[in-house]
Amino acid sequence: MDQPLRIIIAKPGLDGHDRGAKVVARALRDAGHEVIYTGLRRTPEQIIETVRDEDATLLGLSSLSGAHGHLFPRICETLREHDMGDVIVFGGGIIPEDDWPPLFEAGVRALFGPGTTSEEMVEFIATAVKRDDAGVGHGAGWHWNQSA
Amino acid sequence: MMRVWGTAQDGIGTNRREGETLDERFDAASSGDRRALARLLSSIENGELKVEEPQRKDSDWNILALTGPPGVGKSCLLDRMLHEWVDHGLHIAVLAVDPSSPRSGGALLGDRVRMRIVDDAERKESVYVRSVATRKTSGSVPLVVREMAFCLLHVGWDKVVIETVGAGQSEVRCAAVADRIVLVEGPARGDGVQAEKAGLLELADAVIVNKSDLDGAQRHADELRESLHLGHEDAPDVLLVSALYGTGVAEASSMLLTLEQSTRAGRARWRERLLSHHERQLLEHPKFDTLLSSIEEGLMSFDDAYAQLRNGNE
Repeated sequence: MDQPLRIIIAKPGLDGHDRGAKVVARALRDAGHEVIYTGLRRTPEQIIETVRDEDATLLGLSSLSGAHGHLFPRICETLREHDMGDVIVFGGGIIPEDDWPPLFEAGVRALFGPGTTSEEMVEFIATAVKRDDAGVGHGAGWHWNQSA
Repeated sequence: MMRVWGTAQDGIGTNRREGETLDERFDAASSGDRRALARLLSSIENGELKVEEPQRKDSDWNILALTGPPGVGKSCLLDRMLHEWVDHGLHIAVLAVDPSSPRSGGALLGDRVRMRIVDDAERKESVYVRSVATRKTSGSVPLVVREMAFCLLHVGWDKVVIETVGAGQSEVRCAAVADRIVLVEGPARGDGVQAEKAGLLELADAVIVNKSDLDGAQRHADELRESLHLGHEDAPDVLLVSALYGTGVAEASSMLLTLEQSTRAGRARWRERLLSHHERQLLEHPKFDTLLSSIEEGLMSFDDAYAQLRNGNE
């Protein structure tokens, strides 16, 4: 097997619910990846510094508070501003499908809601890292979910 | 120019990154570009880059291992001490090691969450924290961490602290990677006989008993002191701290900065370094995984597989 991928699982904003994030972190660990969980209530800047210092290939954002429409694009934009356009961003939590298009537009590559299997997430990651247009720097374009 | 070189195939530009040369990345890391530094460390971790030991400026330590059993508060204590050291004017890098799953090879790296200093606007520029998984190696710290520490020293960090995996009594492998070993203990860790047992305690250059706010900490510290002073003239100091409340942390931090190497551990350090090196050679053998499968499936005897692994390295 190749080297494990380094993945940050982050909880941006004032959202205190991290059961989902921990389950995802665990599932990705069991799939052979190296996962770093940031803990609760991180600012976009803190998250980006973690991605930078830990040399993560992927960033998973979890939000159940409804602030995804503000926080996810801001994080994508800050990554690009800091020359980290090769980082692949995905999200999960409670994110209504109506909110998906602007997030994909911002560079998020996949959104996973309740009921997602860990196999699907693992498959997304395997697919995304093989593409050369999956980094957040490529802006809108390819994304995993078909229905939006 | 730093003494760093790439291996035969330059893997730097291949892992989805833009084409930056090794020298450029090194210069960038030396001038404070943390992204470049993080990538250099990944290259070392992935075996694409080897780093030589930097020239030491003085006799003080550059690489310190903080080890001890799981749950004694190594990360919290380190966070407190980082605050002290940074206020002392030092730039400190941390390599926080957590175990990889022997089944999936994955890892959940959780020490960073406790390093609150990375969120401290006034101090975070003086601290670099990197989480490291043990990957295939056994023991509490992989040998490659030593080269990652060399790289951090090369690009200008003053000191590197390696926080090991929560370690048991016999986990002395950290002696292979660090100039000094600090053992962190907790209160009420068994009776006095535990303090008499052989192992990690014998190699420690200092012992810190954390959670002094809890019952049994003082007694455990006393037992450790007594045990350490019994057999050796050069016994390490035993300090009592509370990482939770900060009690004793300033004293411990300042003591650790000038910590001398204990004279008792010289030969053991080289022994551990030899053993880790041997293990790394075996693990890096191109046929390691194939041979492992062959043994598992009964296609090859253990002895034959081991002989092949050893021959391949000669």
